[in-house]
Amino acid sequence: MSDRLLSFLPGGWFWIAATVILFGGGCDEPGASSMTGRLVVTGSSTVAPLAVEIARRFEARHPGVKVDVQTGGSSRGIADTRRGLADIGMVSRDLKPGERDLIAYPLARDGIAVIVHADNPVTALSHDQIVAVYRGEIDNWRQVGGPDRPITVVNKAHGRSTLELFVAYFGLDEGAIAADVVIGDNEQGIKTVAGNPGAIGYVSIGTAEFDIAHGVSIKMLPLEGIAADSAAVAGGRYPLSRTLNLVTRREPGALAREFIAFSRSKAVQDLVHQQSFVSLVE
Amino acid sequence: MSGGLLLLMVAFVVAEAVPVVRQYGLVVFFTDEGWYPAAGQFNLAPMITGTLWAGFGALLAAVPLGLASAVFCRFYAPGTVAAVYERVLEVLGGIPSVVFGFWGLVVLVPLINQWQPPGASLLAGVLVLTLMILPTVSLTALAALDALPPGYRLNAAALGLSRWTTVWRVMLPAARVGILGGVLLALARALGETMAVLMVTGNVVRHAQSLFDPVRTLTANIALEMAYALGSHRSALFVSGLLLLIVVAVLLWLAETCTGSPAGDR
Repeated sequence: MSDRLLSFLPGGWFWIAATVILFGGGCDEPGASSMTGRLVVTGSSTVAPLAVEIARRFEARHPGVKVDVQTGGSSRGIADTRRGLADIGMVSRDLKPGERDLIAYPLARDGIAVIVHADNPVTALSHDQIVAVYRGEIDNWRQVGGPDRPITVVNKAHGRSTLELFVAYFGLDEGAIAADVVIGDNEQGIKTVAGNPGAIGYVSIGTAEFDIAHGVSIKMLPLEGIAADSAAVAGGRYPLSRTLNLVTRREPGALAREFIAFSRSKAVQDLVHQQSFVSLVE
Repeated sequence: MSGGLLLLMVAFVVAEAVPVVRQYGLVVFFTDEGWYPAAGQFNLAPMITGTLWAGFGALLAAVPLGLASAVFCRFYAPGTVAAVYERVLEVLGGIPSVVFGFWGLVVLVPLINQWQPPGASLLAGVLVLTLMILPTVSLTALAALDALPPGYRLNAAALGLSRWTTVWRVMLPAARVGILGGVLLALARALGETMAVLMVTGNVVRHAQSLFDPVRTLTANIALEMAYALGSHRSALFVSGLLLLIVVAVLLWLAETCTGSPAGDR
């Protein structure tokens, strides 16, 4: 046994030494950050794309750091942060009174828009019409001035803040919604509506604008006569707006604090604009 | 050691499932108004039927197609075609389930939607699951047929039986034990599938009245809600997980005992 060990040692020690020297030398470069560690960020699928881009830029600045971003809904963000499974939670709404054990750091502003397929001739739906559609009282597009096609109602799964804000705004009871398809992440909803000319759903304005700019065949309907775009959210005119937050426990670690400060700094506001959210820094 | 690990996992699932049963009893899982965990309603019945419809529906489609593929491969196809076909089946069996789910969401669901809205439905789930379990059925059937002594085929030829009669009356019955094992394995996989059905079945909690209605399976339910569920809700999800565990365990045990039994008519 010791013979085999000895036969490995000469070559083995060389490679171990070489690795140590190479990596150790690399870390001494001027300008490179000495921060190391791993951050786990989970929660809202609305905030996740922005968080991924910010994380990439953060990792470029701090080569020893690894940031993992996972979706699962705002409720997951809250639950994971509380249980210590995540360092930072992503929540696409304000904290509720029962969540005062966490601290929220606003990241950007966003709105929620009703989306339909791009080929759908209907250009607007009133408040009452949307409520009726989601309750199942109106089930064909011809009843709202569209073609003779059944309406496919796309609803978010329970625990998603986009759902909570939507039902709160429209005064709907979650159990009264007659959904035809229940989806999880924003992108699943967008793909469902883009693949079905009779579908109606609701998603974050930022996500929808981003996808429309990339050729996805959906369109946003105006709410109360106000067109759904990030300019309306920025101007404060859009009625169904919300703040995108990062949340932590009362005592976040140094790395988490650094990441949050970076996410709210001027250095990443171009990323916020890229994702079609409204910047809070200006 | 892996047996010990498995026992630990089962013990954990049972331990996590006990609180809600202790608080509400077992009957509520079938008699409550619906699945509204926030309001303490835990009716699992629609999701149980959703799982069963999707799994057995896929089996109904995959078994004839899988057996036909195996028979074609072994008895009807020329050598190179058979070899290529077998490779294709193997590749199909190796594709990750989330890829099937993505394809289903982007291609299959809009296609079904053109036929009958909403598109995301039991039918989409059955079709995707069929594609996933067909290689299992087919490849185990091929293995079972290959394991038969060559004497069967030679004797049938000597008796002047046609190729179809040989296959249908001699080879398949003789290999039925191995084929059954493959079928049960395929069913176990179909019942346990999560990502693919989550993306294509619509996830609405209700009993399906037709093939085009959306359904939610037990597995998709766990995937959607486990991340943030707390208290009785979380416990109820473990109950549904335990149910799946028991069903799949029974199926796998059946598969093992069936293939282990001696071929009576050798």
